[in-house]
Amino acid sequence: MSSVPDELRYSKEHEWVRTDGDQVTIGITHFAQEQLGDVVFVELPGKGATVKQFASLGVVESVKAASDVYAPVSGEIVERNVKVIESPELVNSAPYGDGWLVKVRLADKVELEKLLSPSEYRVHIGETAPTGSD
Amino acid sequence: MTTLSLLRTPLHEEHVALGGKMVPFAGWEMPIQYPTGIVTEHRAVRGAAGLFDLSHMGEVYLRGPGSGAAADHLVSSDIAGLEVGKARYGLLCNERGTIVDDVIVYRLEPETYLVVVNASNREKDVAHMRRYVPSNIGFEDASLDTALLAVQGPRAAVVLASVTDLEIREATVESLAPFGVIGGRVGGARATIARTGYTGEDGFEVFLPWDRATGPWSRLLAAGAALGLMPCGLGARDTLRLEARYSLYGNEIDETTDPIEAGLGWTCHLEKDFVGRDAIANAKERGPSRRIVGLVVDGGVARHGFPVVHDGALIGTVTSGTFGPTVSKNIALAYVPVALAKVGTDLAVRIRERDVPAKVVKTPFYKRAGEKQ
Repeated sequence: MSSVPDELRYSKEHEWVRTDGDQVTIGITHFAQEQLGDVVFVELPGKGATVKQFASLGVVESVKAASDVYAPVSGEIVERNVKVIESPELVNSAPYGDGWLVKVRLADKVELEKLLSPSEYRVHIGETAPTGSD
Repeated sequence: MTTLSLLRTPLHEEHVALGGKMVPFAGWEMPIQYPTGIVTEHRAVRGAAGLFDLSHMGEVYLRGPGSGAAADHLVSSDIAGLEVGKARYGLLCNERGTIVDDVIVYRLEPETYLVVVNASNREKDVAHMRRYVPSNIGFEDASLDTALLAVQGPRAAVVLASVTDLEIREATVESLAPFGVIGGRVGGARATIARTGYTGEDGFEVFLPWDRATGPWSRLLAAGAALGLMPCGLGARDTLRLEARYSLYGNEIDETTDPIEAGLGWTCHLEKDFVGRDAIANAKERGPSRRIVGLVVDGGVARHGFPVVHDGALIGTVTSGTFGPTVSKNIALAYVPVALAKVGTDLAVRIRERDVPAKVVKTPFYKRAGEKQ
């Protein structure tokens, strides 16, 4: 799989969004998981919680450090990935697949326009790669 | 701090070529991990072998008549009783009886002692040691002339043996006793080889001349590759030592902690005179008010500095915490009041404003099969 799949949109904080009607699936990017290293713990809000665009959504912890995950869109959590809570290493092995984090019912589709296209995100990680989580 | 001001080990180019992620550590630019990651490196050491560059560590030599007595006066453990060809763990303490550093002393020859100190403390330790070592005793800080490799894990002996010639013909790498030290050649370079480590596994530490380190490093990597040996960074070194419940200076121990509360009373040979002895003897007699305990944390990773909570009250502090890849749990060490230090006590660690359940458990968290308590 491409490290920046073409069918997704991205946040500057390295979350991805897959749109399916008024529902989106959210995860962190291949680039983000690579920077974090081995993910060992994931903390996510439960069903019914509301999240606000670019505010904290949850926490992903690697062996060395904890990192916030930010909500790329506002809305209500309709599902959190129980499998990733039990097996956090899925974030490393399948960041765009079984390592997804939450599904959210979109509050406002217009918010998607504030996200980066795949080509914009490629530029973003090429030019301003974070220094890492250590 | 810019990376320009950081020191580099003689293996810097090797780390970069292997894809090591270089980070600042104690004034050095060191690999925290290689591309396969900390968990894989950790498992390689538990299951096969790992190769570490520890050239940032400090090496101080005491030489000549009286060097043994000087080392014995500086270090908490019984150095006077240390045989030639043996090493012993101990502490440098100040007169207040708190911990300046933890060290390993190697008696290389009858009147040659090598003291290995933490990189973060090297300058402080050298000043401290000079204050107590009589001026007629040979004193050399050889840190920047000495490279140090560690080969650790159940296959460390067989990997090291395949590239090593010992100077005593009848001796073998495999038969070197734990904490034994011997001279030889590793990968063609003159080396001092000790069966010591910081991982909870069998293993060796190999001291080399600074400018001869790359050959042995490459030979060990090549010889070990088929046996599962991997290069390992400081990240795995930390998770390995924490599972084995080894103290890390700056976390479990520093100049505000005494050996008794740190669980290092066993390193203090109170029958002799050494710097800090009286204060430590007093601390032992009083009994500590707090102690280091092991915690298993259920629902988050405790980190250095996080508060420990009991019945809603702050009662202690986490000194180190991580996910332990071998024990497959979130583990931590913490100072707590003695009354709450009993195995089985239910405490909590405050992680991101939430009190996450933590239970006091027996340490070490991990002990290799066949190792005695």
